[in-house]
Amino acid sequence: MARNSFVSPQPAIYLERVEPGPGRLPGRFVVFGETMHELSIMQSALDQVLEKARQAGANRVHAIRLRIGALSGVVPDALQFAFEALADGTPAQGAQLLIEDVPARFWCATCAREFAATRMFAECPDCHRPSGELRAGREMELTSLEVD
Amino acid sequence: MCQDCGCGLPGENPVGISAHHLDHDHDHDHDHPHSHTHSHGEADHDHSHGDAVGQHRVLEVRQAILEKNERLAERNRGFFHARGLLVLNVLSSPGSGKTTFIRETIRLLGKRLKTGVIVGDLATDNDAQRLRESGAPVVQITTGTVCHLEAEMVAHALKQLDLKGLELLIIENVGNLVCPASYDLGEDLRVVLLSVTEGEDKPLKYPPMFQSAGVAVVSKMDLATACDYNREAALANLRRLAPNAPVFELSAKTGQGMDAWCEFLVQQHQMLKTRDPLSA
Repeated sequence: MARNSFVSPQPAIYLERVEPGPGRLPGRFVVFGETMHELSIMQSALDQVLEKARQAGANRVHAIRLRIGALSGVVPDALQFAFEALADGTPAQGAQLLIEDVPARFWCATCAREFAATRMFAECPDCHRPSGELRAGREMELTSLEVD
Repeated sequence: MCQDCGCGLPGENPVGISAHHLDHDHDHDHDHPHSHTHSHGEADHDHSHGDAVGQHRVLEVRQAILEKNERLAERNRGFFHARGLLVLNVLSSPGSGKTTFIRETIRLLGKRLKTGVIVGDLATDNDAQRLRESGAPVVQITTGTVCHLEAEMVAHALKQLDLKGLELLIIENVGNLVCPASYDLGEDLRVVLLSVTEGEDKPLKYPPMFQSAGVAVVSKMDLATACDYNREAALANLRRLAPNAPVFELSAKTGQGMDAWCEFLVQQHQMLKTRDPLSA
């Protein structure tokens, strides 16, 4: 039995008009839809940042530390770009985004050792067998904030 | 104030700060090249540092950025398990043949597994219409500008799917080899397609996606000769990225390899029944 259904979830990011203010062009549109992956990931991170800051009674966010794994599929430069666009007008505007890269590490069950990935794929340098067990490198973590 | 844990600031609200107390000593390093030990016997003491970062209250968070999605994905997973549903998340670049592959899978499974589909695209319900030809219940998610499906979208779509008697749910993700790799939907198996027309080195170009594959499918095998498909290279690359993923080489068009694939799904569904409900 076929059913006709159509789900249209709300887009994660809306068209946003910047109000005229110091250093801003009047009527400029900042975020005009979600075009890259990092934008939605940064939006999730920023939501957490603003919530934590609010809970702690902070007025401003000065620094945000993230850990981003080499195999997370996220490009740190694109996160930086997304952050600047999204943080505009929030208490995190102008905060430093400090990104710690986490290298990919795999486990070789045959040699019972951990090894770093070379060129993104997992081949044990001793036995040359591929490993399917990723121990580090997929992280996308909000580590800490500096606020006041 | 201590820069590492945020303790020692008079009257501050400790929400979101890791459990530290005033009466302890600890070492800590700063971003600038010196480290020292000091004790926090009193509520306030000051020391000045020159750089902008490090002068403020530190809130430890240590939370996955996609924590919300991960939580919702686990909720979906629990729902699927409770219903005895086997759930596939099918991923590939646009044009690898996901829709035809899914339609033919449903047709060949016939009565062996009652199947439903959730299909994601940026726009149009063309894929849903093609999939309905199989007679299965289909829900289309149009993501607008979002390049991947998220657990929450799947949860919404589930409300519109006729789940009665359903044994297999196939989620066709948005055609994209980058972003969907980061989003768990609560599936049992991630099925990543590589068509013979795409080039054997695709897995090396998109490692996070192929790393995450539970099953790899080489599709459009009927075009292998025309495309000078290098089977050895493709399989070697898949094994490098996903050494534990079973590989199915098939053609949805000619039916080649489809029986083995359908048999695999029936077996996977059988295994669900014997699974400990509390195991992962």
